[in-house]
Amino acid sequence: MIRHTIGRLASTVFIAVTLALFTLPMLWLASAPFDATPTITTSIPEFTLRNFAAILDNPYALGSIRNSVIQGGGAAALVVVLAALAAYALSRVRVPGRDLLLYLLLLLSSVVTGTAAMVPVFELATRLDLIDTHLGVILVVSGGLLPAGIFILKDFMDETPTSYEESARVFGASPLQILRHIVVPLVRPGLATIAVWALASVWGGFLFQFILLRDPDKAPGSVILYTLFTEGGAPKLDLISTFSLLYSLPVVAMYLFVSQRYGFRFHGGIKR
Amino acid sequence: MRLPSRPALIAAIAALALTSCGTGTPSEGGSITLTIAANSISGGKNSESADWIKRWVIPEFEKTHRNVKVLFQPSGVDDEQYKTKLALDLKSKTGADVIDVDGIWVGEFAQAGYIKPLAEVGGAAVDSWEGWSQIPQAVQGLGIFDGKKYGLPQGTDGRVLFYNKTLFAKAGLPETWQPTSWQDIIDAGTKLKAAGVPTPIQINAGSAMGEATTMQGVLPLLAGAGAEIYTQDKWTGANQAMKDVLGFYQQIYGGSGLGDPKLQQEAKGRDKSFAQFAQGKIAILAESDYFWRSVIEPNAGVAPMKNRDQAVGYARIPAKTPGAGIRGQDHASMSGGAVRVLNPFSKNPRLAWELLAFMHTAAATTSQLAGQVRISSRTDVNDEVLTGDPMLRYIADEVLPITAYRPGLAVYPQVSVLLQEATADVVSGKSADEAAAAYQAKLEGLVGGAANIAG
Amino acid sequence: MVRPTSPADAAGLGRGRAIGFVLPALVLIGVFLVFPALWTIYLGLTDYRLTGLAAANPQVVGLDNYVGALTDPEFLTSLWLTLAYVGGSAILGQAGLGFGLAWILRTRTGWVRRAVEGVVLLSWILPSTVVGFLWFALLDRDDGTLNALLHTPGMAWLLDHPLLSIIVFNVWRGTAFSMMLYSAALENVPPSHLETARLAGASVPQQLRDVVFPLIRRHILTNLLLISLWTFNDFTPFVLTGGGPEGRSEILPIYVYNVALRGGELGVGAAISFLILLINLVFALAYLRLLRGQRRQQEVAAAGGPPA
Repeated sequence: MIRHTIGRLASTVFIAVTLALFTLPMLWLASAPFDATPTITTSIPEFTLRNFAAILDNPYALGSIRNSVIQGGGAAALVVVLAALAAYALSRVRVPGRDLLLYLLLLLSSVVTGTAAMVPVFELATRLDLIDTHLGVILVVSGGLLPAGIFILKDFMDETPTSYEESARVFGASPLQILRHIVVPLVRPGLATIAVWALASVWGGFLFQFILLRDPDKAPGSVILYTLFTEGGAPKLDLISTFSLLYSLPVVAMYLFVSQRYGFRFHGGIKR
Repeated sequence: MRLPSRPALIAAIAALALTSCGTGTPSEGGSITLTIAANSISGGKNSESADWIKRWVIPEFEKTHRNVKVLFQPSGVDDEQYKTKLALDLKSKTGADVIDVDGIWVGEFAQAGYIKPLAEVGGAAVDSWEGWSQIPQAVQGLGIFDGKKYGLPQGTDGRVLFYNKTLFAKAGLPETWQPTSWQDIIDAGTKLKAAGVPTPIQINAGSAMGEATTMQGVLPLLAGAGAEIYTQDKWTGANQAMKDVLGFYQQIYGGSGLGDPKLQQEAKGRDKSFAQFAQGKIAILAESDYFWRSVIEPNAGVAPMKNRDQAVGYARIPAKTPGAGIRGQDHASMSGGAVRVLNPFSKNPRLAWELLAFMHTAAATTSQLAGQVRISSRTDVNDEVLTGDPMLRYIADEVLPITAYRPGLAVYPQVSVLLQEATADVVSGKSADEAAAAYQAKLEGLVGGAANIAG
Repeated sequence: MVRPTSPADAAGLGRGRAIGFVLPALVLIGVFLVFPALWTIYLGLTDYRLTGLAAANPQVVGLDNYVGALTDPEFLTSLWLTLAYVGGSAILGQAGLGFGLAWILRTRTGWVRRAVEGVVLLSWILPSTVVGFLWFALLDRDDGTLNALLHTPGMAWLLDHPLLSIIVFNVWRGTAFSMMLYSAALENVPPSHLETARLAGASVPQQLRDVVFPLIRRHILTNLLLISLWTFNDFTPFVLTGGGPEGRSEILPIYVYNVALRGGELGVGAAISFLILLINLVFALAYLRLLRGQRRQQEVAAAGGPPA
């Protein structure tokens, strides 16, 4: 009994410390945008909404968030659909060497998402006429995310029971129907998690978005955020803090929506 | 406002003829498209320059070139990232027709075949351009590589020592200060320290400051010690001048308390040094006129000083001792500046030159400056504009004649990194000799052996 | 990877349809991943640069870039830093804290659980540039929130403890993934097993060792593989320290950025990227070996238990 109480106490302390550690860095985002003279310091703001007016004056700010939604949403959708199809097939049908292949692709994705790959990626996009298009960004970033997406989802699908699929098959459902009506509902929280993960990865990405796009009206928020500096490279903190807040909101909103609606976890709805 | 020049007319007529053959609607605008690329963006970095292109250059140029549609491709990011994007574009033979580049990139872009001499791209009209006579030879040098003109310079800058007169008064130093040797700077710093100034001297050092360390620190000091980083096809190694420079850094950062070593290491150290100068915590700071125009500028600066004009003085950077600088100078500086180049893969190279030249007319230059005072490439414009600001007048009259430029070679950025690392060594407590030896060793590895290094 | 067999084709896909399902992903991966990746690996064998003479006329230099990197003290320093960074922030930090949270929250419900999960996940999904500014405000020498809280004015965390700073930062940044994965894994541990162990007088560490870890072995493997790989390629600390001071937090992705983008040496950068790949491969093999070894023990111990 005493051991239990101590354990409970220790875990409460642990939770409190964790909450503090994770909340502390976010204070700046809550204070600086409303501060008349924001600095790098977190402080009780001299309250103002002027910074929001200033950022709305920026001709690209709001549009860039829309572009982030297009590119991030597009990539997330593409990754989820393709990864789910592939992961399902790989999970249900034995292909020799599939785990090795998946892992190799995962390793290669680390090369392609690095700085050194920019020339091949750019040349490829040029030849495919994808420069300055949302599609180009979506395809390039999806290529980098897919192996990890398949890897995680396959693990996930391996865990779901196959008995329902078998019964559905007995009743004459096609594989695609089985996938849509039986497997997808089972793994929905996982799909949602992959979607948010993909979106968040694309949302913060800068280098490829920057080199692939030309027209700033297509640039995502991550690129526009980098323009809010002076000629000498000094950050304009009033604009940056405010834009950071606006630009983070859609991701947070999507997370809240998804976790409300589908749950946000790596396991299916049915326990075995 | 001015008549189009002959090549423009010819091009316009040719274009008209082409379109009338093609579509039969000669009045249709926008049959030829020209694009301008610059590292500026409305509402962000270098916003004024972007606004100028959109609100002045494009409408004015389209007025005289009816069938030309001019587009603007803004960027507004880190220079290195912008440079990468340009290089990728030019490598795949695409990109804007008129391109803004830093003067320092001209050499490496030319070597890579990304840009060609103006006359090769723009034709005979280039050499007969009226503007050349208005641009001083030294400033033209920003766009010259291997003796050929690759770009039109937009303007230039110069480096000086800024000092806080209020703090100087507190330390019993004169209101008008012009040090004549490095020792004078150290002496002033010692007095300021004694008078309670937290950080008397800020000379940029270390890797975190990046090119600012090289341009505001090592290179002007090196010039003041009588050496340039690259002369006669050789890089400067750990010679006496270099050791002197590192020795000077050691005097400031090696425990004397004259400078703040930690500040040099911080990722945002340069921004902080600006803020500290504005708050009266730093007394002497070496910077380009950018500091005056955009940092402590009373209204729109990033670290505004309401009393800038009264409280801040400026002085040329002295040579180590009088006469010890390059060309026997008593003082030294470094300059850089942006240029505009033509894309050799432009579909309408002659017309692109038209546009480029148009952007460098006196009227265009004046319009670009509108409101803000800075040193343009054109003498006629400077004569008019600079009267508005004695500081920039001072740069133009006193500093530009003694200044020097960096070598525009592809390895230069890496040599610059080595210089930054050498100062970083000193800041973190190594002796000047150790730092110099390490620099020499790394330089040999970088430029292909001691044969390419001057003693 | 170590799972014995997947249940035989329950949905009746057949090999043809299975290929049809995999094909779209494979095509996209082939074009936008494998092709540029192989190209990059090829560039690693050349002296290719972004500008200058070597841009116009790159030469194949064989393994020079690899020899150059492996004999460059800066690369080796960077490699050690990266190993410490991955070990400290991913393997110990994220996986450890992630498991700890999953274990403790398992028995909790209500707002406490939602709040903890919420902030941990928020740290994971905030854009990386924004995150850089957040941590800057926290750790700043002059007016950082942390110094204000600890009453340590002027403590330069990022300068005096750069590696520790980015390790703590990355734990903050990435724990969410491990937490979610382990939460899911723990749901597969039948409560009755833990109850039995507890009644038999097993302490928590014993329960973990004897009951929990054997059952979630595969999740541990997946988690370690992914978070090591991601952390190895994580560029985010750049916005915090820029690799400084003087290279003391210059982990490999930042080193590659400095070499390839700032220095323009794309050939060298590509070679180092490939070295990073090889190091990750070594990591993966090590994990596999470790967990395989464990499986044999566990198979003996858990004989009679439910199928894993």
